Amino acid sequence: MRIRARFTKVGKVRFTSHRDVARMWERALRRGRMPVSYTAGFTPRPQLSFGLALPTGCESIAEYLDIALDEPVGPSDLARAVGSMLPDGVDVVAAGILEPGTNSLQEDVSSCLWEIEVPGVVPEDLDVAIERALGADSLPIQRERKGRNVVDDLRPSVLALSCAGSDVDGARLLAELGTRPRGVRPSELAQALGVELGLARRTCQWIERDGSRWEPLMADPAGTAVIWERAS
Amino acid sequence: MTSLWPRIEPLLAQVTKPARYIGGELGAQRPVHGPERVAWLLLYPDTYEIGLPNQGLQILYEILNERPDAVAERAYAPWTDMEAAMRAASVPLFSLEGCVAAGEFDVLAFNLSAELTYTNVLNLVDLAGVPVHSADRDVSHPLVVAGGHCAFNPEPLADFVDAFVLGDGEEAVGDLTEVIGSWRASGAQRRDDLLEALTSVPGVYVPSCYEPSYEKGRLTGVRPRWAGVPERVEKRTIADLGEWPYPKQQLVPLIEVVHDRLNVEVFRGCTRGCRFCQAGMITRPVRERPAEQVDQMVRDGLDRTGYDEVTLTSLSSADFSGIGDVVSSIINDPECSGQVSVSLPSLRVDAFTVGLAAEIQKVRRTGLTFAPEGGTWRMRQVINKLIREEDLYAAVDAAFSQGWRRVKLYFLIGLPTETDEDVLGITRLAGACAEIGRRYHHNVTVTASVGGFVPKAHTPFQWFGQNTMEELRRKVGMLKDAARGTRGLTLRWHDPEATTVEGLVSRGDRRMGAVIEHVWRNGGTFQEWSEHFDLGLWTSGLEAVGLDFADTVYRHRDEHEVLPWDHVSAGLHRDFLWQDFQEALAEHGLEDCRWTPCYDCGACTGLGVEHMVASAVAPAGGSQGTGQDLATGGAVPVRFLETAGAALASGPSGEQLP
Repeated sequence: MRIRARFTKVGKVRFTSHRDVARMWERALRRGRMPVSYTAGFTPRPQLSFGLALPTGCESIAEYLDIALDEPVGPSDLARAVGSMLPDGVDVVAAGILEPGTNSLQEDVSSCLWEIEVPGVVPEDLDVAIERALGADSLPIQRERKGRNVVDDLRPSVLALSCAGSDVDGARLLAELGTRPRGVRPSELAQALGVELGLARRTCQWIERDGSRWEPLMADPAGTAVIWERAS
Repeated sequence: MTSLWPRIEPLLAQVTKPARYIGGELGAQRPVHGPERVAWLLLYPDTYEIGLPNQGLQILYEILNERPDAVAERAYAPWTDMEAAMRAASVPLFSLEGCVAAGEFDVLAFNLSAELTYTNVLNLVDLAGVPVHSADRDVSHPLVVAGGHCAFNPEPLADFVDAFVLGDGEEAVGDLTEVIGSWRASGAQRRDDLLEALTSVPGVYVPSCYEPSYEKGRLTGVRPRWAGVPERVEKRTIADLGEWPYPKQQLVPLIEVVHDRLNVEVFRGCTRGCRFCQAGMITRPVRERPAEQVDQMVRDGLDRTGYDEVTLTSLSSADFSGIGDVVSSIINDPECSGQVSVSLPSLRVDAFTVGLAAEIQKVRRTGLTFAPEGGTWRMRQVINKLIREEDLYAAVDAAFSQGWRRVKLYFLIGLPTETDEDVLGITRLAGACAEIGRRYHHNVTVTASVGGFVPKAHTPFQWFGQNTMEELRRKVGMLKDAARGTRGLTLRWHDPEATTVEGLVSRGDRRMGAVIEHVWRNGGTFQEWSEHFDLGLWTSGLEAVGLDFADTVYRHRDEHEVLPWDHVSAGLHRDFLWQDFQEALAEHGLEDCRWTPCYDCGACTGLGVEHMVASAVAPAGGSQGTGQDLATGGAVPVRFLETAGAALASGPSGEQLP
């Protein structure tokens, strides 16, 4: 069976990398004695699959992973057993059983919602930058890929931008960014907008299906998560 | 204590691997500081990834935090980008646990594991906002102390470190805490009072209480400045490792570090007597941990940490009396369900050990490493690494036949009496191992990893003149040529420039401090890292001070020359070391003294501590002085002490050895 868990990455722990988070989960699952499935062969690895990598330094309240298990485990039992084994700032907020045949997070997630602090800018100026970006035909950006510098256009991946008012020392930007063919990092968006990047927090990951949008797993305070519940 | 976090956080967005600076490890403590508590900041003078796994530091961290009169936090050397960001923002060195400024601690305690990190020690003291020279510190500054293997030649850092702790730290940190605590309780009027009080703590060396003297550019002695200061400082030794089951809560970092697995120390000390090995000499006698305790520590540790790999650490873990039982108990534990792997560092070279390795590496059979160290039998007798060619081939054969495809062999070049034939023996031996591998697999790799030999303090080779940089380069070149035509052989070598500088600092006297300071002041931090190592800085530092490589590194010392570390003792008799050096030059081996009569090296008798081994008989299959294979002779039988005579041998560059 497979269980999907939704978790946070906030506070100091946000400075760890995607790989570090994977290792934290591996150890937490072992310490929580969860019957995780292992790959066969000389180097058996626990079968965990994470969704889109969260850039180091960014926070998130909507991270996901799928865990393959050899024996049935209740999602809330897993969340409870593992939750206390994870470092401060990494909290399991929901868990649910995946239907057999469910696509991987990598295959399904098509966009992410971000809340980004933009220091040193008043909301009016941010609005101007947003308007300019949304009106542009292309937003070229330099990237390094396989050791070569390439120019990518961010514009098709910028699905929505808005200013959510002022922040402690600047403005707050809301952005929905597409993940295909490759995800856009908040730092790249800030570069394209010509603004500084403060703390960025992923608040949502979306799956497009049958013309509507779904979250991979609803965060549910009651602890009983239901997969594929309508998100909005 | 104020947390500097609000000032640190903005810096982390600008630096590589920011998680190096956030702490938060499983096992990390949040000690509560208080006026009745001596606050220690434990420092490792290299990056977080290198320093975090250090067992010595972790042991002391726990022991100190268990005391009602102490707290301990940790810090590591910030990488160059973080250092620049900190200096630009005027953020001082801080502790990982509470983000407390280093200058607010009572003690800055350094672990010294490698000489090339010394410039980082100065840098960290400076980043703490503390004067780098001991003489410039006053009562408002923390006490700077240092321990670890390199402390056995404390002189190069004598101007910068207030007190060194020699030997095992478990008990010494408690004594230091008490002395500092009572100095504080009595008003902490004069720093000199504290330093003087520290000279009476066994194992503590306070360099400012000693005066070096020189004649014609050579050291003639390091003597106490006043009465009551011991002439010679003896190292500390804990008698029973079983009383110190630490670390109980090994730190599990959030990011990947070296040795990223559970580590359980199975014994301390080593009596194999490899003559080049400083660790084996200065940590005597052998003290084994009871097998049941090892078992318990492994079980608890795996449970607590979630690691799937455990290393049984020591200087030669296959020699541990209870090794077979411990290993099978871990492997066959149903709780581990075949997903836990065990590794033994420093594998002994014999088939028994490979069998053991086969048992424990059921899970991940990647590569095996052996350390023959010398390319010829003659060379190995000189260094007392008594591995016969047959032993190595049998071990390698066993490894390849049992599924391994990669074998790594460690060698040293620049050893005493070494000839070109000995050097070329390395590629010949490694090539033969690759050939054995091809009997079993189409594709095998044998890696010969070659380091330049650096003579170290308190070893039989402490008198030996290190090979010159050019000589080491020539030998590496010879090996490169020889390896080129050898199928399946990969050659790796250590940079002769770094080896030379390591030699410079290892045996330096107090004058070396000025060289280290010169390198540091000119930006020479992280000298352990090839991308930062800068020979030019060391050369100009030597020039500025009026020293040179020829006299400090390449020169053979004679029997009666005063050595910079003669006033500190690792328990070894100087005449034992000299005698053993002569045996080496005469190509005489020396048996492991655990199961043979005592050679009176001084470690047991002087310290009143005995070898603590669980078994009265040597472990099965031992090849070094443990009786079995050597008794059968082999192609060239080993000669032992009774035939010894003081023979002279020719040095590597044609010089006459003392």
